[in-house]
Amino acid sequence: MTSVTSISTLIPGNASAMPTSSARTVMQLTDVSVFYGAYEAVRGTTMPIREHQITAMIGPSGCGKSTVLRSLNRMNDLINGARIQGTITFHDQDLYAPNVDPIQVRRRIGMVFQKPNPFPKSIYENVAYGLRINGIKDNLDGRVEKALRDAALWDEVKGKLNTSGLALSGGQQQRLCIARAIAVQPEVILMDEPCSALDPIATGKIEDLMHELSRTFTIVIVTHNMQQAARVSHYTAFFTAEVDDKQVRHGRLVEFNDTGRIFTNPNDKRTEDYITGRFG
Amino acid sequence: MTTATAPAKRSAATPDLSRAALPLRRRAIDLTARLLMVLAVLAAGVPLLLVIYHVLAKGVGIVDLDFLTADIPVRARVAGPGMGPAVVGTLIITGAAALLSIPLGVLGAVYLNEYGKQSLLARVIRTMADVMTGVPSVVMGLFILVVWVLAVGEQTGFAAALALACLMLPVIIRSSEEMLRLVPDELRQASAALGARRWRTTVSVVLPAAISGITSGAMLAIARAAGETAPIVVVAGTVTWTNWNLFEGNNTTLTAQIFKNAVEPFEAAHGRAWGAALTLMMIVLVFTILARFIAGRFAIKNR
Repeated sequence: MTSVTSISTLIPGNASAMPTSSARTVMQLTDVSVFYGAYEAVRGTTMPIREHQITAMIGPSGCGKSTVLRSLNRMNDLINGARIQGTITFHDQDLYAPNVDPIQVRRRIGMVFQKPNPFPKSIYENVAYGLRINGIKDNLDGRVEKALRDAALWDEVKGKLNTSGLALSGGQQQRLCIARAIAVQPEVILMDEPCSALDPIATGKIEDLMHELSRTFTIVIVTHNMQQAARVSHYTAFFTAEVDDKQVRHGRLVEFNDTGRIFTNPNDKRTEDYITGRFG
Repeated sequence: MTTATAPAKRSAATPDLSRAALPLRRRAIDLTARLLMVLAVLAAGVPLLLVIYHVLAKGVGIVDLDFLTADIPVRARVAGPGMGPAVVGTLIITGAAALLSIPLGVLGAVYLNEYGKQSLLARVIRTMADVMTGVPSVVMGLFILVVWVLAVGEQTGFAAALALACLMLPVIIRSSEEMLRLVPDELRQASAALGARRWRTTVSVVLPAAISGITSGAMLAIARAAGETAPIVVVAGTVTWTNWNLFEGNNTTLTAQIFKNAVEPFEAAHGRAWGAALTLMMIVLVFTILARFIAGRFAIKNR
């Protein structure tokens, strides 16, 4: 094995992760292909999402990792012409069964986006919004405080809960978005490159936070940053883009394994090339 | 030995960074462009200021409390106040038109931008709304005359409100849709990811984010409607005493009275027309300020 990035760190939040082998499978993707109209963006993905573990999806741009992530809570439904083949189960229920309400899915599988997108409301209302729409009325103040504490933001905002969420810095806005997502107590949190718009210090805070959160939540994170995947995740899925014989690009899952193995002893040559920087 | 701070020696002469160093041609073009812009502002602003000045100069001596409340003299040559019936008529007719058209227009815009999008129905509605914006107001008056006044058998303030509402509706639909389009999609996605249904996202996130723009559009529509004359004369008739009842009997508005008094040959009537013009301007101004204030309270602050 040639020199491969050391797992332990490259600065930001540096807790190293060891997967819990006994973790239950919460979600299971089986031969999942995602289409936009006639175009097959991702082809044949099979992988598990394990409970209270952080699963990272890495790979070059255009490999379909975000597409797969967004299919996990049916956010792709909002895009015209998007559909999937194969099955995605959540506690052994098919998420795409005709009788499944996508709203119920999203209440249990939350999401944090690439660009911090707080509502143009006060900090308090940003966090309370999810509670209100879910009909939770008792102890709003306590729940908002707990979500902000769990998102490691409380100490910075407790004196100005009524100011606009947009007045916060980028890193604080992203933690506000995380607080908003965890306030409704989902089981799974999907994070779509949550740190790509942030500086290293804010990134470190969010990575540490992810570790804390993985005690209570199951986390799936898409990242461009391989060191980040190595630092935070227990499992890693490596995607790449392939050109088929008709010269059409499709995203493909190359390898899914313990993060430790992916970064030290990958099975596939393409994974090794990517993580050692020879490609992508 | 050189240090990092020593300036690199590139050219012998210090570069001249002053404007005077620019070629004559560029300075000439710059000056011409500036002059043209000032001229454009003057061309737009001077007529506007002249109108305001004229209305103020002729109207200020006439408008007083008595003028705003007293009945209109039956004989136009009689000097003195007032315009009370027209003030009441303008307020209730424009108000009723706003009540009819703003909810409908905003809901229409919500349908177009949040639900219909590029579907056939939405595209047809969009095109029809654009066509309706171009319909002359007198045609709208005749339309209401045929489908409402002739059917009911009476000219009423409500008929005038209907005609104004038809004029306002397309303006409100199109301006509100533009405002809804400016709301970033990320906010809709964030709301959806929390498990919000589409109506909930629309009511709690999208509309509050667009409220100040929607209010501006609605105010423009109201101001335009308050300034309409032709449909009022056609479907509301005219009256010289105050009629608070929208659904019974003739009514009148300030614009109709401006028109009626201005064509009279008597000095007294002309004075009342100027007074009515000033009153109308003040009403529109007050409502614009009020709407800004209300929208400011509703809107979620950015800072």
